[in-house]
Amino acid sequence: MSFLERAFTIGAAIVAILLTRFLPFLIFRGEKKTPGYIRYLGSVLPASVFGLLVIYCLKDVSIFRGMHAVPEMLGILLTVLLHVWRKNMMLSIAGGTLFYMLLIAWI
Amino acid sequence: MAYDGEASGRRLGEAVSFLSGSNTCLKVTTVMTNQKKKQIRKALFVAFPHTLPILASFLFLGLAYGIYMHVSGFSFLYPVFLSIFLFTGSVEFLMPTILMSSFDPLRVFLISFMVGARHLFYGISMLEKYRGTGIKKLYLIYALCDETFSINYSAEIPADVNRGWFFFWVTFLNQIYWVSGATLGGILGNMIRIELHGLEFVMTAMFTAIFVDQFMKEEQHISSLIGIAIPMLCLILFGGERFIIPSMLLILAALSILRGRLEGLT
Repeated sequence: MSFLERAFTIGAAIVAILLTRFLPFLIFRGEKKTPGYIRYLGSVLPASVFGLLVIYCLKDVSIFRGMHAVPEMLGILLTVLLHVWRKNMMLSIAGGTLFYMLLIAWI
Repeated sequence: MAYDGEASGRRLGEAVSFLSGSNTCLKVTTVMTNQKKKQIRKALFVAFPHTLPILASFLFLGLAYGIYMHVSGFSFLYPVFLSIFLFTGSVEFLMPTILMSSFDPLRVFLISFMVGARHLFYGISMLEKYRGTGIKKLYLIYALCDETFSINYSAEIPADVNRGWFFFWVTFLNQIYWVSGATLGGILGNMIRIELHGLEFVMTAMFTAIFVDQFMKEEQHISSLIGIAIPMLCLILFGGERFIIPSMLLILAALSILRGRLEGLT
């Protein structure tokens, strides 16, 4: 690729990403009332999305190879338990992460 | 004469009261700007702790990304430019491969749109929350990423904190972390070695903690459970590279079918 082709390629990616971010706000903008279906989605989607994001983080982990996803499962389990116990975001995140880092260093 | 004197006296009085009036006006505006500054600063202090997990992970991942660009043979200007204007890690990591294959901007457009399609979900979820945030809204949308969405959607912002500025600082700080990491990695290249195995798990832990947090607050757990079950199934069926789009479509379908049952419960 020449420099111009590279610039064009990067431009295409940027326009696509801008679209993914701005489209919902462009379609449902202004003082017009957002359609009921979209408002419904806005209220139930986030809960699903947080689940999706957790699974997304695990997409490269295999239960068949390496450590069989054991450190990931244990890390997530501790994060969940810590959060149910103390409801403290910082504690759950730091606790789960440190535990995971220790696990993969030891095993 | 006496009458004139009286009139001019009155006029003087009016002028004085007018002047002092404008003086208070001036004072009011300075108080307002001071108050606004205080509000902005307060929002920063409240927002910063929320971004700490991102500080750790974005510096780390950004650094890894910059190094990756460097060893792929790209000047540090590429990670700097891409982290500012693309600001979507999943597409940024694809860039070396894309830029070294043959020229096909339409394909790049489609791939980027599909990888970034999850932003559509974030946008739909933030329509109401970002309402009335003024000109800042443009930037809030421009730099809306997974992590910023998670924090801005789930954070409980104290009543005395300006929501618009809170959203702004979370968005801005997160981007700053990513750009700093990518820039540093691009410049230092393979001069440094990161020996922090497992730090990337901070992202998994954060999304898990937010998921549990929401789970304990919500009135129905169906959409949460759908969000775990469907992507898990799609991950097994389609593999890590292509499970996102089918997951999104199936989640959308499931939530649409269940509208009659779920509406009004959340």
